[in-house]
Amino acid sequence: MAHITKATSVKDWFDQRIALTKLWNVLAGQYWIPKNINFLWAMGVILTVLFTVLFVTGLLLVMYYKPDANLAFDSVNYTIMQEVEYGWLWRHMHAVAASVIFLIIYIHAFVGIYYGSYKKGREMIWISGMLLFLVFSAEAFSGYMLPWGQMSYWAAQVITQLFGGVPVIGDALVEWIRGDYAVSDPTLTRFFMLHVCLLPIVLIMIIVIHFYTLRVPHVNNLEGEEIDFELEAEKYLSGDTKNSKVIPFWPGFLSKDFMYVSFFMIFFTYLVGFHFGFAMDPINFDPANAAKTPTHIYPEWYFLWQYEILRGFFFDIGPMKAADLGALAMAFAGISLFFMPLYDRSDVVAPAHKRKGFFVWFWLLIIDLIILTVYGKLPPTGFNAWIGFFSSVAYLALLLVVLPVITIMERKGNK
Amino acid sequence: MSVKKQERRDFIGMAFGAVAAVGGAFALVGMKKSWDPLPSVKAAGFTTVDLSPMQAGEFRQVEWRKKPIFIIKKNADMKPNPARDVVIGEDKYMVAIGLCTHLGCIPSWSPSDMMFKCACHGGEFDASGVNTFGPPPRPLDIPPFKIDGTKLVLGEEGPEYKKLAGIA
Ligand code: FES
Repeated sequence: MAHITKATSVKDWFDQRIALTKLWNVLAGQYWIPKNINFLWAMGVILTVLFTVLFVTGLLLVMYYKPDANLAFDSVNYTIMQEVEYGWLWRHMHAVAASVIFLIIYIHAFVGIYYGSYKKGREMIWISGMLLFLVFSAEAFSGYMLPWGQMSYWAAQVITQLFGGVPVIGDALVEWIRGDYAVSDPTLTRFFMLHVCLLPIVLIMIIVIHFYTLRVPHVNNLEGEEIDFELEAEKYLSGDTKNSKVIPFWPGFLSKDFMYVSFFMIFFTYLVGFHFGFAMDPINFDPANAAKTPTHIYPEWYFLWQYEILRGFFFDIGPMKAADLGALAMAFAGISLFFMPLYDRSDVVAPAHKRKGFFVWFWLLIIDLIILTVYGKLPPTGFNAWIGFFSSVAYLALLLVVLPVITIMERKGNK
Repeated sequence: MSVKKQERRDFIGMAFGAVAAVGGAFALVGMKKSWDPLPSVKAAGFTTVDLSPMQAGEFRQVEWRKKPIFIIKKNADMKPNPARDVVIGEDKYMVAIGLCTHLGCIPSWSPSDMMFKCACHGGEFDASGVNTFGPPPRPLDIPPFKIDGTKLVLGEEGPEYKKLAGIA
């Protein structure tokens, strides 16, 4: 046991028992961050804030929400929206945060791609990040179902039906997931469990892992420069703060982050107050009706690109059925970015504007994703179907063919 | 530590592993079964539809096990399809589960062109329920049924169903 002496202060009392100062230094005070990073690196802290907003508003909503197919719709649209004081606020904050968090996740991820932050020792940061994206998708989807409106219901119907594509056990699997022959009360209650209990626990665990993965290779920077963090930290600690290339997370980096968080939260509050509608689908204000499909089904904006890839393959190719091709392509799209470190065969870590081929590739990918997103919302008929097809193929080709080729060329050119 | 003692610890470790594996396996089975449909859901029972009041060319939608069932009494304009038609006396009916075989949306019957159109991804089915366009991979499924006079009993596999399904 540690040698305990009479404490000289409250802080000392805790230091002797749970080494508070040491913990603080490890977590923030001596956690080193490079100096040359800009606001794009603030997304991580903004995401943490948004997740906290979702968590807290979620707690307030759960107090009045009723996970029952007969009560759910009214508990949201009547009790929470009309009766509970400030219930509307929590609901709109929850919905807007759920939508905006995907915007920030996408920015966060594509900044990572642009600066090559997924390679050369930083693979685990990338992979745990992608894992977070995947679980966040499941969290968003299970939450989307809970108000039990028409779009909730049919989104659940379509997404659970996707598992019917699994060979042999498909139909049984769909029934098992739904707990009924069609999406109904048991489906609602199990998704409720996933949304408010299991998935949040998993999310929090992966968030912690994601933070931890930053510890060893450290965060990348604007130039992709390799920094000797120990050396620079020593410089900083010895008083040469000016020449050191790093600053401690607290107070240096976080204070700047807080400024961006403030900007962001003003924007967020504006959305919640004046434009919450974009996170709400009008069709979802009709109660779920198992006997009538809405004429046009589409997911929230952040899943549109994957949805369009699902729809993109609308004709059979050889022995492959269109539906299976689409489902396969979408399943792949969902996990495709996990393998970024594998597609990129060059070990240059530099921002895209310093890697010509990669730069062009990056913007092509962004344009393709925007096209997929736009067309994912449009009806899949005639000409639109073909655009969907070509942009889906383009997505697969950009990742699986173009990126390896240009990065291998880059590697050869560098020799 | 002596070799002997290490062996004893290995044994305890393996014994623990065995107990954990057996317990874990049983727990997994239990968890899997908790997610299965409840008996009350499974016993959703049978739905009986009397077909005699239907007019030629009429389309009707009934519910069976929470799924929509499409029934059409075919008229002279609709092509017969011996592999799928339910024949009662002189009359031919199309009976199918009204869920698109693509991703399970409910296609809508459009009487003007005698087709089912699925709005979700543009799938189309003809009056016999056969997929004619778009992503649906196969015709609409035929629910198990039995014919009892002019009545259709959904949920029971009668000889007519077995013939259509090719299992008789
Ligand atoms: S669900 Fe009918 S075409 Fe996709």
